[in-house]
Amino acid sequence: MIALQHAAAIPDPLSIPANAPEHCPGTESDMAGKADACDGCANKDICASGAAKGPDPALPFVRERMSSVKHKILVLSGKGGVGKSTFTAQLGWAFAADEDSQDNLGVMSVGFMLPSSRDAVMWRGPKKNGLISQFLKDVDWGNLDYLLVDTPPGTSDEHLSIVTYLRESGIDGAVVITTPQEVALQDVRREINFCNKVGIKVLGLVENMSGFVCPNCKGESQIFKPSTGGGRQLAKEMGVEFLGAVPLDPRIGKSADYGVSFLDEYPDSPATTAYLDIIEKIKAQLEDD
Amino acid sequence: MTSFQDTPVSRRLQHVRHIIIVCSGKGGVGKSSVSTQLALSLRASSPTTRVGILDVDLTGPSIPRMLGLDGHPVHQSSDGWVPVYSDGSEARLACMSVGFLLKKKEDSVVWRGPKKNAMIRQFLSDVRWGDLDYLVIDTPPGTSDEHLSLMEHLAPVHSKLSAVIVTTPQAVALLDAMKCLSFTRATSLPVLGLIENMSGYVCPCCGEISNVFSTGGGEEMARREGLHFLGSLPVDTELVTLLDAAEPPVSDTPSTEPSEKSFALLRRYQQTSTAPLFGNIVKEILRSLGEESSS
Ligand SMILES: Nc1ncnc2c1ncn2[C@@H]1O[C@H](COP(=O)(O)OP(=O)(O)OP(=O)(O)O)[C@@H](O)[C@H]1O
Ligand code: SF4
Ligand SMILES: [Mg+2]
Repeated sequence: MIALQHAAAIPDPLSIPANAPEHCPGTESDMAGKADACDGCANKDICASGAAKGPDPALPFVRERMSSVKHKILVLSGKGGVGKSTFTAQLGWAFAADEDSQDNLGVMSVGFMLPSSRDAVMWRGPKKNGLISQFLKDVDWGNLDYLLVDTPPGTSDEHLSIVTYLRESGIDGAVVITTPQEVALQDVRREINFCNKVGIKVLGLVENMSGFVCPNCKGESQIFKPSTGGGRQLAKEMGVEFLGAVPLDPRIGKSADYGVSFLDEYPDSPATTAYLDIIEKIKAQLEDD
Repeated sequence: MTSFQDTPVSRRLQHVRHIIIVCSGKGGVGKSSVSTQLALSLRASSPTTRVGILDVDLTGPSIPRMLGLDGHPVHQSSDGWVPVYSDGSEARLACMSVGFLLKKKEDSVVWRGPKKNAMIRQFLSDVRWGDLDYLVIDTPPGTSDEHLSLMEHLAPVHSKLSAVIVTTPQAVALLDAMKCLSFTRATSLPVLGLIENMSGYVCPCCGEISNVFSTGGGEEMARREGLHFLGSLPVDTELVTLLDAAEPPVSDTPSTEPSEKSFALLRRYQQTSTAPLFGNIVKEILRSLGEESSS
């Protein structure tokens, strides 16, 4: 019996088109269009001609469009259901309420926007890769201070596409969200590994649902016990900044369900304090660049 | 249309009696923990029941960790990949996951759709499960490439398939669970029922029940959609810890002891407050499958 070969031995994932077959050698490879795998691939001729080498022709357009957006931030999570979209929404609200960026107000023409639509736009990962480049290059984003990109959990096709485009137009980095238990942390390791692999800076790690305060007795308990040291320990281990821990407040979920700002609604919640602290840290990081 | 298509997948799975696909719309609602509990409980349903658990969450595999099998290598035999047994020499709980194929625990799988499709086909056709009473399949959140591949390759054994939908009670999760339900309808996948997970949390200090993720939404959805409601499971912190840090089995040193004794994970699971509740869910599932439990 022999142990199996390493499953992740693959060409640069960013050079494999979404429609390529399983064993695509990558469009940057010398074998592009000529490998066995290329037979029957829709891109065979163009790859063999060498025209697919080098950057995607859509890139300059994306770059141009994105040049009027000051900060581009990707919000990632390894595991599902850790509170990524909720966090993105609250971060959006906080940026929109920021006094300093009120001058550069652009009126947005896309959905999913903040009701007051001033200078932050949230964007949920669309399904199709083509849609991603189209979105980035064809939508007139105007002068934005922040573009927050909410992504699906894990490391999927959508991530590869968005990273390809945003990396070229100068992305600030990614904020990674997790919950404290090990099964969530193991997915965070994979997510940070992904960022390193594709060259995206990790702005920091947020631990969500850390501790629960009983509304009755005010006693604090851990729902998702950090059995291996939680987000703080993992951040240290992987050399990324730990941005903070947000306790579980059942009202947070409700705010997100009804599209209101938790931070305004419940200023005295410990979760609000934690959120504001984290947002300050993210802003400080953005200013350093 | 032929009633039986001969494919590598159908050949491999012909000695599997039931295939149960665990899915959810939203992530993090407890698919993997339900899959794990289902596999453990089914295995315990009789002294001879054989169960397999296949993890097709390629980018976020959780099953190896939950079964305490993190870092186990997978071996190749002349008859395909040998699954990893979580109960040692008794070999009644077999497991396969992409997690076993990654060298380091932080390695990520970043694959485009076609490559994922190939991996899933391989999992379905190349794993040497042997005879199984149940094969439980844990899936990634949503209805993604992985689900489409799964349904495509399992088409020849469609008569063995059924699904369990897991949701949490809050509105956003229910909305996503509806998408999952449409998927099962579109692919004519029979649904055994719906489980509402993380329904209420008992404060360890004062005993007060808080509905951290709201409550009752799953049951209501089941009624509305004419689905069988399998039951609700409260938030159980003991379970999180158990599934987080499950110790490896003592399988590497085969002993003459009955391994039922050495299968510590199952024993510890049976002591959690969730186990009896889940037991009722499993009874419902067995009844739906026409397999009345013997106990
Ligand atoms: N009833 C419960 N009480 C407390 N914690 C639970 C319960 N069910 C699941 N959990 C915990 O919640 C976390 C998420 O569960 P799990 O990993 O099973 O979700 P999932 O749906 O498979 O997530 P993903 O979408 O990322 O695959 C795990 O740490 C798990 O142990
Ligand atoms: S032709 Fe070959 S190199 Fe080009 S995309 Fe297809 S498989 Fe990849
Ligand atoms: Mg899972």
